Amino acid sequence: MSIMEYNGSAVVAMKGNNCVAIAADKRLGQRQMTIDTDFQKVFPITERTYVGLAGLATDVKTLHDRFRMRVNLYKHREERVIEPKTFANLVSHMLYEHRFGSYFVEPVIAGLDKDDQPFICNMDNIGCIDLADNFIVSGTAGENLYGTCESLWEPGLEPEELFETISQALLNAVDRDSMSGWGAVVHIITPSGVITRELKSRMD
Amino acid sequence: MNRYSFSLTTFAPNGKLLQIEHALAAVGNGSTSVGIKAANGVVIATEKKTGSSLIDVSSLEHMVMVCDSIGMVYSGMGPDFRVLVNSARKAAQKYKRMYMEDPPVRILVKELASIMQEFTQSGGVRPFGVSLLIAGVDDRGPNLYQVDPSGSYFPWKATAIGKNMVNSKTFLEKRFDSDIDLEDAVYTAILTLKEGFEGQMTEQSIDVGVISTIPTTQADGEPKMPTFQRLTPAEIKDYLSNVA
Repeated sequence: MSIMEYNGSAVVAMKGNNCVAIAADKRLGQRQMTIDTDFQKVFPITERTYVGLAGLATDVKTLHDRFRMRVNLYKHREERVIEPKTFANLVSHMLYEHRFGSYFVEPVIAGLDKDDQPFICNMDNIGCIDLADNFIVSGTAGENLYGTCESLWEPGLEPEELFETISQALLNAVDRDSMSGWGAVVHIITPSGVITRELKSRMD
Repeated sequence: MNRYSFSLTTFAPNGKLLQIEHALAAVGNGSTSVGIKAANGVVIATEKKTGSSLIDVSSLEHMVMVCDSIGMVYSGMGPDFRVLVNSARKAAQKYKRMYMEDPPVRILVKELASIMQEFTQSGGVRPFGVSLLIAGVDDRGPNLYQVDPSGSYFPWKATAIGKNMVNSKTFLEKRFDSDIDLEDAVYTAILTLKEGFEGQMTEQSIDVGVISTIPTTQADGEPKMPTFQRLTPAEIKDYLSNVA
């Protein structure tokens, strides 16, 4: 089994009409055994930018700490809040620094820039950025997510519609993956604020 | 010989680091440079004083671009300036590599000031004998900063450094107005230099650099942020003919 599949995860992000959504499952496992059903994989970086980390749990935690440190330093030095695109480039740089001994994580970044334009992207474990206009998937349920997102997503969804779409896409994808699931968290980022909801799913 | 003036890392009893005072004296012997922050851009200008008419003035690099949105000029020792230009360019590209955008002017200034400060606290080195005027455009609009050999930096609306700084600053105080247009600021900068200029000022004897905050529209309709431009001798000649 690959190291990326040891803990299990599913992260997905979608673009909507002046909004973005990012969601992840809550399972933490050790191979087949589930050891936590409330494990956080999506973290706020600023009020309008979130990062979801799929992959090895220890690297998820460590990278979140490192991102927090770098972003706080940026905020204090530059006296401004980091934009999603800039943060994505920062993450890419940080990952590539470990090109030959990488973090086992595939991050997903979702946010609104200062002009309220939606931004989503993900990258591989060494920082290759993949920008998308529609949706971004990552984790052990990634392939499943591609299927559900492709069928359910359409452009121009409003925040509530986007919530329904991303929730259905995530829930149905993780139900076909033994390594992810056990509940989910969804964040909808809009110009007026972030709506966070927990989803009840099949608890297996 | 003053026992506190030779070692940089020794404070004199009056609280000063004498080497820095001497560095500022070196700056005061250098050609005058001026900078003006307009409402829609920044202009910096300097005298290109040469000892002999045989020098090929067009190849003197007094006014440099640090990155697309930031330019720099100095008063003081030319060779020290070259070292700082390299450090500034490298720092700007390092930032760009990490964040894929040019550094805000205040960040580059802090970095340069930090380098200059290092040379006031390390062993076996001397401070840089230059003061820098850094002009650039970023998310906050037009910026003009002065950085001194000590590593202190000051944001300015308009300023002058070098030989004629006192008279030039008085001249600027009378003429500066925060709504000044970039075009008018260029004229004012040239006039300010002219005030203290010994001899005839020609397009070969001054260097002028501008950066505007107004984006230009490219052929495909996309707006493009302006880059730091050194005015060509022909352009300077145009300004001079209207000033004289």
